[in-house]
Amino acid sequence: MSDSNTAEANHSGPAISITGMHKWYGDFHVLKDINLTVERGERIVVCGPSGSGKSTVIRCINRLEEHQKGSINVGGIELTNDLKNIDTIRREVGMVFQHFNLFPHLTVLQNCTLAPIWVRKMPKAEAEEIAMKYLDRVKIPEQALKYPGQLSGGQQQRVAIARSLCMNPDIMLFDEPTSALDPEMIKEVLDVMVDLAKEGMTMLCVTHEMGFAKQVADRVIFMDGGEIIEQNEPNEFFDNPQSDRTKLFLSQILGH
Amino acid sequence: MSKSFVRTEFHPDLPPPVSEAGIIGWLRHNLFSTWYNSLATLIIMYLAWLSIPPAIDWLLISSVWEANDYKECRAGGSGACWGMIDKRFNLFMYGFFKADQFWRPNLALIVFMVAMLPVLFDKLPGRKICVPFLIFGFPALAVALIRGPVEMSSFQTPVGIAVWVAMFAAAVFFGHRGATRANAIMSGAGYSAAYIIVFIVFISWGLGLEKIETDSYGGLLLTLILAGVGIAVALPLGILLALGRRANSMPLIQILCIGFIEIIRSVPLISVLFMAQFMLPLFLPEGVKFDNVMRALVGFSLFAAAYMAEVVRGGLQAIPKGQFEAADSLGLNFYLNMRLIVLPQALKIVIPGIVSTFIGLFKDTSLVSIIGLADLLLVAKQSYTDSNWLGLEHTAYVFIAIIYFIICFSMSRYSMYLERKLHTGHKR
Repeated sequence: MSDSNTAEANHSGPAISITGMHKWYGDFHVLKDINLTVERGERIVVCGPSGSGKSTVIRCINRLEEHQKGSINVGGIELTNDLKNIDTIRREVGMVFQHFNLFPHLTVLQNCTLAPIWVRKMPKAEAEEIAMKYLDRVKIPEQALKYPGQLSGGQQQRVAIARSLCMNPDIMLFDEPTSALDPEMIKEVLDVMVDLAKEGMTMLCVTHEMGFAKQVADRVIFMDGGEIIEQNEPNEFFDNPQSDRTKLFLSQILGH
Repeated sequence: MSKSFVRTEFHPDLPPPVSEAGIIGWLRHNLFSTWYNSLATLIIMYLAWLSIPPAIDWLLISSVWEANDYKECRAGGSGACWGMIDKRFNLFMYGFFKADQFWRPNLALIVFMVAMLPVLFDKLPGRKICVPFLIFGFPALAVALIRGPVEMSSFQTPVGIAVWVAMFAAAVFFGHRGATRANAIMSGAGYSAAYIIVFIVFISWGLGLEKIETDSYGGLLLTLILAGVGIAVALPLGILLALGRRANSMPLIQILCIGFIEIIRSVPLISVLFMAQFMLPLFLPEGVKFDNVMRALVGFSLFAAAYMAEVVRGGLQAIPKGQFEAADSLGLNFYLNMRLIVLPQALKIVIPGIVSTFIGLFKDTSLVSIIGLADLLLVAKQSYTDSNWLGLEHTAYVFIAIIYFIICFSMSRYSMYLERKLHTGHKR
C-alpha cells in the first residue's frame, strides 16, 4: 500500500488521501484505521460483503458521514467541521447513489441544472446547454422534459450520473450504482461508467460488478469488518488473492 | 399438443360488452351491484325525497323576499325571510363600518383578489409582480385602506422624525454593506429593518384617509380580516416552527419551538383569545394601545401557526433521507436545500392538511363573538334579537352558513386542483 501523503497539500497532490481514519456509530466501531490514497485519474473499485463499511468510507469523503479520528484530504482541502470546506469539497465531488435520489418534483432537465444555477451561479441558458450535453452523453436527451417517476430505473440512474457531471466534478463517487437495477438495465448504466472511466475521470466505485472492475479499475480494494483487507491491481486481485477472507469472498461471488 | 408454442397473430382490441359501458353499466356497477347496495341506494333516494323538496320550498318558494319587519315576513309565507337579509345586508357584510367608506374595504378586497389570481392559477401572467406585491406592498395598503392613518406620537416632533430618518439610513447602509460582502444574514437583516421602517411610516400616513376605529368592524369584513391575516401569518410562521423543531443541531431553538407548539396546542383557542385580550396588554410598554381586533389577530395567528407547524412537520418527515443526501452531495447549503428540494415536496404532501387548517381557522373566527367582536356569527345573532326581526334565527343562521360554505368549499376545491396540478406522477 502506498503511504498516504500528508505533506503540504496542493493541487498537484493526490485527489483524495485518507489517513488513519476511524468511525464509530455509537459504540460500534465501523471503520478501523482506513488509509487510502487516490491519485488523479485513478479508478478504484471497492468491494466486500455487506456491512463491511465500504459505503461508509466513500460517504465520509463528501461528509455525508462524519469521521471521528484521522484525516481526510480532498483535492488539497482538509475535511473538518468548517462548513465552507465541506461545501467546497461537495462542489468538486460528484456522487451517485444506489437509489438514484433524483428530485421527483423537478423534470430531468431541472434536476441537472439546479445545482449549476444555484450553487455555481451559472446563467440558466448555459446550465441547460451543459445539462443537455451530459444527457446526450448518457444517451437520454429525449427524456429531458419528463419527470423522474416516468423513467425506468436504468434511465433514472443515468440521469443521476448526468446530474453529478453537470457540476463538472473532479472526482466521482459511486455507491452501489447498479444494485437496485433489474439485470437488463445494469449494462446501460455500466456502459456510461466505462465511458466516463475512459475519459480519465477520477472514480471511486463501490460495486459488486466484477466484470466492470476487471475492465476499468486501476486498483481493487477489498474490505471486511470495517478494515481494508487487501488491495491490488485487478488481474492480480482476481487471479492471485492473498488473504483467506478475499479468497472466500471471491469464491462466493464468482462461484455461480 | 406439443410443448412449444409461438404466437404469430396478435389478438385485436375489442369494445367492452354493453353491460360494462354507458349509463346502464354505470348504474349497475355503482348503485345496484349487489342486493345490499341496491337497498342502500333506495333508502338514500327516499331520504333525499323527504328532505330536498321541503328545503327548496323553504329557501325559494314559500320564502319572503320583501319585508320591513318580522310581521310582514310571517304574513308573507312560512319560508325564509330574505327580506331581513336584504334590509340588514350591510350589517352582515361590514358591521358598523361607516357607510360612506365602504369603498375602502371593497377596494382592498378587489386589489387582493386581482393580485391573487396569478398566484393561484399559474397560467395567468404577472406572478413575478404579484407575489412581491402581496408580500411587501399589500399589507401596508390594506392597513391604510381599511384602518386609515395609525398615528404614532414619534412622528409629531422634529426629533422623532430625525430619529426615524437616521434609523432608515442606518438600516439601508447596513443592508448594502451586507450585500456587497455577500453576507446574506447582514443584508437580510438590514433590508428587512429598512422595509419595516418604510412600512411603519406608510401606515402612519395611511394615504391621508379618514381614520376608522376597529370597533366598527364587523360581519364578513371582520371575519375575512381575521382569517386572512391568520392564514398569512400562520403558514410562514408554522414552517419556521416546524424547521426549528427538527433542528437537532440547535437545541435551544428546538426547545423553544417545541415549547411554543405544545403549549399552544394544549390550550383551547378560546382561552388563547381571552389571554390575548387580557394578558397581552401586560407585556406591552405603558401607553401602547392595542385594540381588540389586533389582540384577537395575535391570538389567532399564533394558535394557527402551532397547528400549521405540526402539519408541515408531518410533510418534512415524509421526505426520504436520500433527498437530503443528494442535495448535500451537490453542494446545496441548508437554505437552498430547504427552499428548492425539501419544502416544495413536503408542502405538496401536506396540502390537504394545510387547507384543513385554513378551513378550521376560517370557521374558528366565529369564536371572537365570545370576546365581543361583531363577526358574522354575532351579526346573525344580533339580527334575530333585533325588535324588528324577532324570531328569524333560521334565516339568519342559514344565510351565514351559506357564506361559510361558499368560502370553505372554494378552498377545498382549490386544494384538490392544486394537488392534481402538482402531481408529477409515479412517485417512488
